Amino acid sequence: MKELFPAKQVLGFAFSILLTVVALAVIFLDMSFQMGMLILLVTAFVQAGVQLIVFMHAGETEDRPAIYTNIYYGVIIAIVTVLGTLLTMVWDM
Amino acid sequence: MEFFERFAVPHPSPAIYASMVAIGLVVIAIIAGLTYFKKWGYLWREWLTTVDHKRIGIMYLISALIMLFRGGVDAVMMRAQLSAPENTLLDAQHYNEIFTTHGVVMIIFMAMPFIFALMNIVVPLQIGARDVAFPRLNALSFWLFFMGAMLFNISFVVGGSPDAGWTSYFPLAGNDFSTSVGTNYYMLAIQISGIGSLMTGINMITTILRMRAPGMTLMKMPMFTWSTFIANVIIVFAFPVLTVALAMGTMDRLFGTQFFTMENGGMDMLWANLFWVWGHPEVYILILPAFGIYSEVISTFSRKNLYGYKSMVASMVVISLMSFLVWVHHFFTMGQGALTNSIFSITTMAIAVPTGVKIFNWLLTMYKGKITITTPMLYSLLFIPLFTLGGVTGVMLAMSAADYQYHNTMFLVAHFHNVIIPGVVFAMLAGLTYYWPKMFGFMLNEKIGKWTAWLLSIGFLLAFMPMYITGLDGQARRMYTYSEATGFGTLNMISFVGAIIMAVGFALIVYNVYYSTRYASRDISSDPWDARTLEWSTHNPVPEYNFAIVPEVKSSQALWDAKKEGHNLFKGKYEEIHMPNNSGAPFLMSVVFFIWGFAMIFSLWIPAIIATIGIFAFMAHRSFEQDHGHHISVKEIEETETKMRGAK
Repeated sequence: MKELFPAKQVLGFAFSILLTVVALAVIFLDMSFQMGMLILLVTAFVQAGVQLIVFMHAGETEDRPAIYTNIYYGVIIAIVTVLGTLLTMVWDM
Repeated sequence: MEFFERFAVPHPSPAIYASMVAIGLVVIAIIAGLTYFKKWGYLWREWLTTVDHKRIGIMYLISALIMLFRGGVDAVMMRAQLSAPENTLLDAQHYNEIFTTHGVVMIIFMAMPFIFALMNIVVPLQIGARDVAFPRLNALSFWLFFMGAMLFNISFVVGGSPDAGWTSYFPLAGNDFSTSVGTNYYMLAIQISGIGSLMTGINMITTILRMRAPGMTLMKMPMFTWSTFIANVIIVFAFPVLTVALAMGTMDRLFGTQFFTMENGGMDMLWANLFWVWGHPEVYILILPAFGIYSEVISTFSRKNLYGYKSMVASMVVISLMSFLVWVHHFFTMGQGALTNSIFSITTMAIAVPTGVKIFNWLLTMYKGKITITTPMLYSLLFIPLFTLGGVTGVMLAMSAADYQYHNTMFLVAHFHNVIIPGVVFAMLAGLTYYWPKMFGFMLNEKIGKWTAWLLSIGFLLAFMPMYITGLDGQARRMYTYSEATGFGTLNMISFVGAIIMAVGFALIVYNVYYSTRYASRDISSDPWDARTLEWSTHNPVPEYNFAIVPEVKSSQALWDAKKEGHNLFKGKYEEIHMPNNSGAPFLMSVVFFIWGFAMIFSLWIPAIIATIGIFAFMAHRSFEQDHGHHISVKEIEETETKMRGAK
């Protein structure tokens, strides 16, 4: 019975809808620009993670280490590039 | 008539008209030759539609050599202009166009295809695979690169060359200051070939991760395969930044967006930032495969296994991460604070450490080795001291406070040529000589090869050492002339002489190909260098399917161990081999890309829209296409193998 019901996927689906609702709330609720952007950023990244892990089966094959290494590498480079650019172009200008 | 005026060159000269005539004559000669010798069908069947990684590699190689000569002519013209003070050989505008195209051609259309050529030819053979993971995509990568290169190269006879430097910094590259279509060529030609590079990156990573011979774990891969793997990882992460930056730049120039403008919230410095977020990793994309070639060559001709295999791999992984942490050192003087500059100074100096590790590994590989000085080995031996010199001046440039003195002077020009020429160009020439028998079944002449290596080294030293001095004395780069009072005349004349000697060296390469094609013995074994890795275990020239039986691997130098310990790499018997079919789609799709690029450059919207639809039509066609490849029967394999063995 357990194999027949994709509990992980159903929960993931509910969770991703919840994330969408939270993101949508930014428009309808009255909040500061910074607050809104923070919520959008956090929900966006969590959403991307849910999609990768639950629906794109990132960790379910023998390629698991390669896929996760790739994701971590990408995330590190993205963070470095964005923060470095902000540092160079805005914060320390 | 008004319609055609846009295609006129805005700043013509007799040299450009002469080039137009020359291009016209060459095209006519090629078409007439192909028709006369009835080679159209051969060209289409064997080359334009091929998906064979070896043939694609050879096409990359030919393109790279042609572009080397185009960029080389630019270089000689620049050195000729600067050879005497107040020289009037070129005017300012032509000089601008020439240094811009020299940079773009040499990096994007010479160095990149050269490394792709060697990757394509060597990597599948080195890991015991029958082709790359996505052969059709590989053909598309090549043709996109080729069409991008051709698009860029017609700029100087149709509409005008780009003239804002190979870095194309905004606001200079914006519509206000670069009014001709030149910079549009830059944006779109690099975009098209950049898409090809990105595809190659994905293709090579998949090939290396998924298609290795049984027994070849990651830590048993030959060093060139490792370096290719790391370089392609960098490609996959760095090239999207270039794609986005070029798209934004294109939109600024064609559609009036304001990303890099100076008003309406645009930020011109962001271009420089994004360019170097790609541009610095690009340096390592070029140098890592070069290091891989040196590792193979030095180990082969020292008759020793590579010293410090694990530290080689570790240093490359560290370089791949750190290459993304240093980009600001290209613009220390742009006005950011001391904190930022200090951070990037330190990361830049730190990246010299893993590079130093590799140098010591090569030295220790040679230590107590039985060294034979062949042409590839001679290039490697010349590389180590010359490259180290460039590395040391790199650390000088890394000091941000001192960089205010060096920035945009000839010192910088000397530095980066000092790392790229002995680092990348020598490696590519070493690789070319080393793998030539694998590609064509005969060896290049050793005597001419060694003359070439020495001429290039001496020419290089004469051309670039004086620039360190004039640079420190304040000669700025990208200035088309200088006054006699500066006293730069003599040193620049020496540089010019060096450039001529290098030109002779490159001409010798062509002569060597001609000479060896005519006179070299075809009676060579499949392993003429007594090498160590799998690519030398199959026949010369390599059959379509690479290996009749997939080899089984026990170490990072499988062939050497098999030779010394006498075990059989190829166990089992022949089985039917599944190979991909040829396809004209990659070539035709790239032609449509060329038309799209050309239409975009000249803002011809209707052809641009039609070409865009065409591109999507090709993608849709591919999605629904049923192509299961073909099978080579056991009988055919037996016949080929017997013939190959009999020929020896």
